[in-house]
Amino acid sequence: MKTGRRALLGFYSLIVIVPLLVVVGGSFKTTQQLFDSPFGLPTHPTLDNYDTVLRQQNLLRVLGNSITVVAVSVPVTLILASLTAYAAARLPGWWGRVVFGIFAAGLAVPAQAMMIPQYVQFDRLGLRNSLTGLMLINVVVTLPVAVFILTGFMRTLPQELYEAAELDGAGAWTTFRKIAVPLSFPSLAATSIFLVVMHWNDLLYPLLFIDDPAKRTLPLALLDFQGEYLTDYPLLFTGVVVASVPMVLAYAFLQRHFVAGITAGSVKG
Amino acid sequence: MKQKALLLFPVPALVLYGAFFVLPAVQGLQYSTTDWDGYSPSFQNVGLDNFRRVVTADDQFSNALGNNLKFLLTVVLGQTVLALFLAVLLAARSRGSTWLRGLFFLPTILSSVSVAFVWKFIYDPNFGLADQLLRPLGVTSSYLGDEQKAVFFVGFAQIWFHAGQMMIIYLAGINQIPAELYEAARTDGAGRWQQFRHITWPLVAPATALVVAYTTIQSFKAFDLILGLAGNPPRSALDILSTRIYTTFANNQLGYAAAESVVFMLAIALVTWLQNRATRLAHR
Repeated sequence: MKTGRRALLGFYSLIVIVPLLVVVGGSFKTTQQLFDSPFGLPTHPTLDNYDTVLRQQNLLRVLGNSITVVAVSVPVTLILASLTAYAAARLPGWWGRVVFGIFAAGLAVPAQAMMIPQYVQFDRLGLRNSLTGLMLINVVVTLPVAVFILTGFMRTLPQELYEAAELDGAGAWTTFRKIAVPLSFPSLAATSIFLVVMHWNDLLYPLLFIDDPAKRTLPLALLDFQGEYLTDYPLLFTGVVVASVPMVLAYAFLQRHFVAGITAGSVKG
Repeated sequence: MKQKALLLFPVPALVLYGAFFVLPAVQGLQYSTTDWDGYSPSFQNVGLDNFRRVVTADDQFSNALGNNLKFLLTVVLGQTVLALFLAVLLAARSRGSTWLRGLFFLPTILSSVSVAFVWKFIYDPNFGLADQLLRPLGVTSSYLGDEQKAVFFVGFAQIWFHAGQMMIIYLAGINQIPAELYEAARTDGAGRWQQFRHITWPLVAPATALVVAYTTIQSFKAFDLILGLAGNPPRSALDILSTRIYTTFANNQLGYAAAESVVFMLAIALVTWLQNRATRLAHR
């Protein structure tokens, strides 16, 4: 039985890891080398693919766009959602439940049901082809799931903590900053990682809003590769490596938080 | 007194959410009754005609619906079984099991387009990994080129992508089962299968309900994976509802695309509700 279990786990490990190694190795090969020996180590490693992708495709610029968008949209979502979650967890009677319910209802609405009016709206506001527009839409679209996760956590914090602080004369804002936020740290960390992954990997809204190649984010640039390079796999793989390395590195160090965050966010699909 | 200040806390979020989420969602309903093309200053109100066409007379939409259901079924069955299987194998805490959990979860953090490119190469009819490994065994296929089976092959990619995520949900469920139950069963001479059948399976019912619900939503939203594998717009064998709506929209049929997305939302709600009932029955 023990060996059976090991064999099965080993087999699935190979299914997960071999394609990823082929992709990383392939990014250092020529097309011919990749086709001749997809599984082998690159015998004559070449950096030509990276040169093509980073210089001709301006992927550094694209990478910068992705970082800029995430650097703004994640903290903003987190601040707005934690303020809301705090109120939802503390407002007495049905007030709190109404605030929570308004956002939770948004979880049932797929992006496809809003994207058309949003396109028209952002077009009219001049927010298409702008990173600001992407930041704004990221915040709006992930508010429901962020409020959902954070309210769930903040409701488990004992009300007495807040009440004790307020007896000492602390206002709602002080209790939020000095008590709710520090105590919610694990939940805030998990939520922020979930948001980073969501915003970093989103394709739909960049596809919808961005026509200007200089404003593309990574997933959109990768999708364009598909049209341009078709089956030049080494170039496609290089794009995959550039887009994934930041996430994979972060995952290596913050694995526990990634797992907690993405699992909590699974409700969004 | 202090609670009045609390009322101000959700205001910034509510303003943005109201303006850019709720308002567009409502406008979507309004667009769905028009023939607006997205740029003309004027349009006709066509009542429920769009909906009539979506439901009864649109071959492209029903093709996408059919593909989406095939995809959904493949992924829900395959991913749920695989996730539970992996969770059972990894339930015991050890250094090796922690490491493998980390590995199996890894694909989840990649972007869908990246996963699509990995699988595009696996499925390449001439040089692909699947062909290289399976041809010697006598198994050949044109994979994504096979009009009948292409959507199932995309389903396998989706399972590879998210099985680790669902495994974690199952692990959380399994960890809540008291160890005494298994000890008692072993004392009574129950084998591994019997322990699974009579303890694990009924007690992970809440986890199954979550996994099935999450997987369903993911399967409806597999937009990025399809575009990465099939290009934009995808050919009809790989068209699912979300890509269909996007294509209609991109072809300047905004009113009609809005109607499609309303039907899409209702379809998700209906399938989720049916599955909820089915999961409850399966765990009886």
